Amino acid sequence: MSEQKPAPQAASSRASMKKELPEKYRNHKHVWVFIEMERGVVHPVSFELLGEGRKLADQLGVELAGVVMGAPGEDVKQAARETFAYGADVVYLVENPVLADYRNEPYSKALTQLVNAHQPEILLLGATTLGRDLAGSVATTLLTGLTADCTELRVDDDKSLAATRPTFGGSLLCTIYTLNYRPQMATVRPRVMPMPARQEGREGRIVPFVTDLTESDIITKILSFMPDRDSNKSNLAFADVVVAGGMGLQSPENFQLVKNLAAVLGAEFGASRPLIQKGWVTADRQIGQTGKTIRPKLYIAAGISGAIQHRVGVEGADMIVAINTDKNAQIFDFAHLGIVTDAIRFLPALTEAFRKRLSPHSNDRLAG
Amino acid sequence: MHFVVCIKQVPDSAQIRVHPVTNTIMRQGVPTIINPYDLFSLEEALRLRDKVGGEVTVLTMGPPMASDSLRKALTIGADRAVLLTDRFFAGSDTLATTYALAQAIRKIGETFGPPDIVFAGKQTIDGDTAQVGPGIAKRLDMLQLTYVSAIVELDNEARSVKLERRSEGGTQLLQSKLPCMITMLEGSNVVRRGRIDDALRAARAEIVTWSAKDAGIEDLQLCGLRGSPTVVKKVFAPPARAEKAALVEIAATPADTAEAFIEAIFAKSPALEADVAKLASGF
Repeated sequence: MSEQKPAPQAASSRASMKKELPEKYRNHKHVWVFIEMERGVVHPVSFELLGEGRKLADQLGVELAGVVMGAPGEDVKQAARETFAYGADVVYLVENPVLADYRNEPYSKALTQLVNAHQPEILLLGATTLGRDLAGSVATTLLTGLTADCTELRVDDDKSLAATRPTFGGSLLCTIYTLNYRPQMATVRPRVMPMPARQEGREGRIVPFVTDLTESDIITKILSFMPDRDSNKSNLAFADVVVAGGMGLQSPENFQLVKNLAAVLGAEFGASRPLIQKGWVTADRQIGQTGKTIRPKLYIAAGISGAIQHRVGVEGADMIVAINTDKNAQIFDFAHLGIVTDAIRFLPALTEAFRKRLSPHSNDRLAG
Repeated sequence: MHFVVCIKQVPDSAQIRVHPVTNTIMRQGVPTIINPYDLFSLEEALRLRDKVGGEVTVLTMGPPMASDSLRKALTIGADRAVLLTDRFFAGSDTLATTYALAQAIRKIGETFGPPDIVFAGKQTIDGDTAQVGPGIAKRLDMLQLTYVSAIVELDNEARSVKLERRSEGGTQLLQSKLPCMITMLEGSNVVRRGRIDDALRAARAEIVTWSAKDAGIEDLQLCGLRGSPTVVKKVFAPPARAEKAALVEIAATPADTAEAFIEAIFAKSPALEADVAKLASGF
């Protein structure tokens, strides 16, 4: 799921169509999280999902399981231990040399086999490049529903999974159900859910699963892997202070004003989606539903209107500060502090004022 | 070689507005565009065709007016356009969409020659699911190659393709086989402006228009709302925070306003100043 137009009438008539869950799905039980590994290390989104999965499993009164896949060795065993530490009761451990690095064929086949063998009712994956590539093909093979990029997951009174996500290009939210099919699948982007506390020494049950895949079955070969150079990586998702710009900046040249303020604050800079679409700013700097989700202590949004697709990416910030010429802009609905003015003219003054205030040589203010 | 490119006509999301009182989408007058991510896949298909020869067929599923986007794709340089349109497709979620598109691609294969590569956009800007490409690949039993940043080598003789694929934390160099389904990464190429002769051809071109039946779709239970396992139960605007943003007044000079603004930020969160000062000093 789901690009469907939420035609209210049609949707509600379908929703009311809900029958008893078909017989073949009645044995589907427990909540699973796919544990994503990146060259031997678990992706943090998997732990965030274990935190959410724990809540869902407790509400349903079932177990929480993590699915760990990889080449046989210490990495997967370490990942299994981490999975227990972040709340899982069970780890399905799939060890096979063909699973050494991510490729769609062996991963989608192995995960499909595992789902068919052990039948979960809910399967959660991170909405990373890996998770999206994998979830789409597994859901299609299983012919079940998949809701992408959820911002909230909840168990309803009838025990079905209510998955909420932005829709219409991020202007509204919708809640989606997979009523008559199992498992109910959903993806969640990194940093959307909070990181749960790690419980040292927490243990669980390991269930090994054997897949008969061999390298000769797999057509696509990995010839090499080129890791990103650190200098190319932005630390946007984990920055304490973020300054971002939107269409209110009016020209690519004016984006420099955002960078200038970020430089004075020692902050990371970012942009809303239209600026990426226009090619003013590179995609790794996009903040929002389809870009990075951020959780800084301070977020300054300059000339950003605050569509939902942006809002869901920044709501985890401790303080949101907005600069916008339109006093009715949506950003003022969720910012803590704002100013109604033109960011193009205001940013230079703000940058200079921050420079003065934060300069170690201007102690007069602090002394006074 | 035959390249099929799946595109979607989407509302220009930058121009969608929500009615402030009713919280419903105001669709009237919102212009439609080809989903921007699809253009990188279209361009890549055109480049391959220009290099190795063959044809590019663009395919979309949508209402009759989606032919506008197909004609635009012809203007950019595609050779043929197929519109899959039928009221039975209304309300399709991604699973039902991939069923219909996969059937249409089979029919395109029977009618115009089997595709060597099926392209799709990485995701759409309205649905943002990134599920349709993988779904089509699975249904057609094609190799799935998403987030491709460069097609390095295409060898029809050996039926092989070598390409770079974006993965978490780096780039994979992959060797795979035809036929396959590829989604291109944004920015992986520069989309061409159509040539004048393509524009003239596009204006006259006939768009192949298929109903579900024309595309060989027999099981209508798998289409549209009925074929969609997901159900949208509720669409809503997010609640505003209990309090709206506190607004700082404009002072006599921008410098005064800026100072007052900073004062207000740190007054709201006194601990923040030390954190920011530390960060700003580079420690």
